Amino acid sequence: MTQTPMHVAVAALTLVVAGGLVAGRQPVAAPPPAAAQVPASQAPPASQRQPSEVELSISGDPGTPPRFAVPEFVALTPDAAEVAKVVSAVLWDDLNFEREFYLIPRDTYTTVPQARAPGQIPYNAWRELGADGVVFGTVSKTGNDVRVEVRLFNVRSRQSVFAREYGGSASNPRVYAHTISDEIHQHQRALRGVARTKLTFSSDRNREKVGGTVQDRDVKEVYIADYDGANQRRITVNRTLNITPVWSPDGRAIAYTSYRKGVPDILVAYIYEGRSENPTAGRGSNFLPAWSPDGKRMAFMSSRDGNPEIYVMNADGSGVRRLTNHPAGDVTPTWSPSGTEIAFTSDRAGRAQVFVVSADGLGTPRRISIGEQYADRATWSSGPNNEIAFAAQTGPGYDIKIYDVSTGQTRQITFGEGSNESPAFSPSGRHLAFTSTRAGRAQIFTVARDGRDVRQITRDGNNFTPSWSQ
Amino acid sequence: MRMKNRALGALALVALAAAACGEKTPPVVEAPMPPPAMDEPAPAPVVRERVEEPVPLPPPEPVAADDVGSRSLDDLNRNSPLAPVYFEYDSTDLNAAAQLAVRGNADVLRRYPTWTVTIEGHCDERGTAEYNLALGERRAAAARRYLESLGVAPDRLRIVSYGKEFPFDPGHDESAWQQNRRAHFVITSR
Repeated sequence: MTQTPMHVAVAALTLVVAGGLVAGRQPVAAPPPAAAQVPASQAPPASQRQPSEVELSISGDPGTPPRFAVPEFVALTPDAAEVAKVVSAVLWDDLNFEREFYLIPRDTYTTVPQARAPGQIPYNAWRELGADGVVFGTVSKTGNDVRVEVRLFNVRSRQSVFAREYGGSASNPRVYAHTISDEIHQHQRALRGVARTKLTFSSDRNREKVGGTVQDRDVKEVYIADYDGANQRRITVNRTLNITPVWSPDGRAIAYTSYRKGVPDILVAYIYEGRSENPTAGRGSNFLPAWSPDGKRMAFMSSRDGNPEIYVMNADGSGVRRLTNHPAGDVTPTWSPSGTEIAFTSDRAGRAQVFVVSADGLGTPRRISIGEQYADRATWSSGPNNEIAFAAQTGPGYDIKIYDVSTGQTRQITFGEGSNESPAFSPSGRHLAFTSTRAGRAQIFTVARDGRDVRQITRDGNNFTPSWSQ
Repeated sequence: MRMKNRALGALALVALAAAACGEKTPPVVEAPMPPPAMDEPAPAPVVRERVEEPVPLPPPEPVAADDVGSRSLDDLNRNSPLAPVYFEYDSTDLNAAAQLAVRGNADVLRRYPTWTVTIEGHCDERGTAEYNLALGERRAAAARRYLESLGVAPDRLRIVSYGKEFPFDPGHDESAWQQNRRAHFVITSR
């Protein structure tokens, strides 16, 4: 089994499930992304799991989400204070992001005495603040080794419903919070959280100029960041135009459009191995790669036969097949979650509109953007919601709209604050990343699929065309 | 296509044009046999003919009158003898002014037959980044097609689409957009 390199940093953590505390009705299996990290030998043997009457899922008042408090983790060693601060703050943000729980604001915790041990948790004080659940965590540090222990208590029953212990390096404390958040979401809501996912995008932030041209032209390189914008780093050094990056489904690679050889071509950067591949091998101009959901194929736009058309090939570049055949321009492919259909943009009906065609190219493409002046960059949700987001012209600029494939209805989630382009769904389909000029220059933002919770991810330079890892 | 339907007429036109212009190799035209008519007398047999003419290579311009041949590539491109070709919004059509510009560039390329050129396709910022990659591609391709029809050898021309990535004018009004909707010619070797 191949381990997802995106989680290599996480893999350094060892996860110990506290036997006995985690028991009862809910499965204790780690969520899919973490599954590879947990050796089977570390999972509690079935015999240790006690049958229990403990209700493991904390509920809130009827009709409202459970209210959680995440007070600062306790530093068991003096030099663990900074890690404890970071882990608890990031965990609060991570849990808040999915809106499955109402997170009680941290500045109200001052009235609650800090517990140094689970036995000291002041349940009555938390109850007065309205908490249904409270997280208690400790951090100890030895050299560069960190141990983080975390429990989630039901404030009413005063029982521990979730307990985990992690060990690993202190180099990136945020990853402990992300792991805890994903596991709490999985454990409490059977939800695959996104706290350990990443974004990739194109940016001109290093302010280099393309060499060998008379005009003043900004280099764009490919960057990655955590889903919340932390840990932004550059992953290409091509000193030319590198745009439209997309994560491979296994998180090992990023495919992008590069002008490194003068003419645009598709490069695949294996970002944890320091190597790069060129599946299209310079046959014509090739743009806008899009991996199939199983990662075995790639759709892209190419002008190799004289006009921009959509093609599909195997991930290694073999078996190239042309999907569209129209004198108009066909561009920006995206796969359906099942891998059987591809949505793309075409101006065959006049201005740019979104069409869907079967992935084998058979049949007539059907138009799904109806009543739009102009629609581009369709992105198909891979989550349970069968939705296609796209950028639609709504005035001088663009807004993000979402087409519901099952109902045929389209709704709008941004409303003219700057121009909003290039939507990309999170793996659960509950959020989108997009490019917006609402803060001045072009920046990456995330937003919930109902249009709430807009967050700015980038601030440096101009940033474009995000993709969200699985 | 009209040319196929009126093969003989086109043949004559090509011959005329070649004679009038006298500077390029006209394409070899092969007319397909029309299908035999069922009820009419057999038409006159189609005469197949190769139309060939030696290509006169104009002598280089005198140095005193024209220093184009001696400038560095960067200098050449900074003050280029090749004119940009401008497009309407979301259009890949070459209007009369655009055709005039391409014809002028064809003349320059005939005068300097060793030059190779990259035709860059550019778009204004009003379209989306992704769609504009295709639009820029089609603009560059339209300019290349017309140049080729004017006799410039295909292997001297390379196209590359930059979409809206490299605007010439950073402004956000029609005069800037007009500057940015173009096929831009860069001399890459000479």
